[in-house]
Amino acid sequence: MMVGYLEKIGRSVLSFFENFGAVMMLIYETICQLKHPPNIKHIIVQMSHLGVDSLPIVTLTILFTGMVITLQTAHEFIKYGAQSTVGGIVAISMARELAPVLTGVVAAGRVGAAITAEISTMKVTEQIDALKVMATNPVGYLVVPRLIACMITLPLLVVFADVIGTFGGYLVATFYSGINSVTYMQSINNFMVVHDVTGGVIKSVFFGAIIAIIGCYQGLNARNGAVGVGKATTGSVVSSIIIIFILNCFLSLILYR
Amino acid sequence: MIKLVNVHMEFKKEKILKNINLEVKKGEVLAIIGASGSGKSTLLRLMIGLLRPTSGQIWVAGTEISKLREDQLDKIRLQMGMVFQYSALFDSMSVGDNVAFGLREHTKLSESEINKKVQEKLKLVDLEGYEHRLPNELSGGMKKRISLARAIAFEPDIVLYDEPSAGLDPIMTAKIDSLIVSLQKVLGVTSVVVTHHMESAFAIADRIAMIHEGEITQIGNVEDIKNSSNPVVQDFINGSKGMTKEVHR
Repeated sequence: MMVGYLEKIGRSVLSFFENFGAVMMLIYETICQLKHPPNIKHIIVQMSHLGVDSLPIVTLTILFTGMVITLQTAHEFIKYGAQSTVGGIVAISMARELAPVLTGVVAAGRVGAAITAEISTMKVTEQIDALKVMATNPVGYLVVPRLIACMITLPLLVVFADVIGTFGGYLVATFYSGINSVTYMQSINNFMVVHDVTGGVIKSVFFGAIIAIIGCYQGLNARNGAVGVGKATTGSVVSSIIIIFILNCFLSLILYR
Repeated sequence: MIKLVNVHMEFKKEKILKNINLEVKKGEVLAIIGASGSGKSTLLRLMIGLLRPTSGQIWVAGTEISKLREDQLDKIRLQMGMVFQYSALFDSMSVGDNVAFGLREHTKLSESEINKKVQEKLKLVDLEGYEHRLPNELSGGMKKRISLARAIAFEPDIVLYDEPSAGLDPIMTAKIDSLIVSLQKVLGVTSVVVTHHMESAFAIADRIAMIHEGEITQIGNVEDIKNSSNPVVQDFINGSKGMTKEVHR
């Protein structure tokens, strides 16, 4: 029984390092492919597909998160006479953590899943082999445009989310909690610095890269028909979200020391 | 044109191909026949570098490809085309874009020149006017013919066919067969056709290689194979007739 458990642990550890190594190889290959000029048209198509189409869900998620954060903080802060700090707190927490992480999670669920589903379907229907046969490197053709698109689009979504989240906070602060709108805006002006926003934007560049690389890796390694496509898509979303949370912690430590 | 020397292939310690020695001559149509799972498709994938052999050498147009890097292989692949068993058309692209794919990726031809070539190839496979359709709007036979048009768009010297007539009705099978033969005659293309369709093999091939349990059991022209004394070859050729008699009994 003990041997059985140890074997299971051993298998999991081996599988983890095998996947880790394979992802590193994909990153290396992607970097190598960057020496060829990327197809701008493909990048724009991906940016539209992955970025613009994500706007509604990002707006909804972040707007309501900003509202809830304000709802919780304003009530407590007003009790201690600190209503003049609410705007700053909401804006800073949005810019530094909530907007990048939540946008990353939403994008992992929507964009990462879409990338994996598309590429894994291509894999199981031999379309990836068809690319190879036509002397087209699948990493250069499929991964590079998606990586660049995600690394450009996610920061743009995060800046948009910063504004929407802070606006959600403004709505609750002024119309529900009774904080003066000038006080709310003045608070943002007093407490927030540019680095709060740039730090979040820098994080989102990494998150975009993770979503694209993990999405493509899972897609390129899908097996066993429709079941394989489903497994790869789930695996992509779960792995991306976990890595985003872990990486966010380290990036916060580095960026906001 | 293609030469395999002492090629062995294993998957997870299972021997798929054993000591394959095979030569495909320039301009000929070689049919590779054999039962399902005998290693025919693996052989085809080795010839175009989609798989690497466990040991042995694979020569294509004078270059040993089994140890080439992918970017080096790509230069060889530009002289080759492949028709996949399930067509493998890019389903997010129109028929025209599928056929134009290689030309857009690897040539500096203008869009009007590319369109002209696309029309030419679609005419060759008898599917003019289908360039704006999506692959999922086409029948199996049409997809196969588009796949063939895509494979020859770049005007390759070698075309590999993986089960070109699988799942098609007899009329469509005959149509695909005549296309393969006309490509050889008109363009001088060297063709390797993997099939278990004996009538097709007899109709199109200059030579036939029979593969059984990972080994080439016999190779020769159509008459050699028809008159083979090898029981494995005879069983395979007459298998379907024998089974029909059994069922009727």
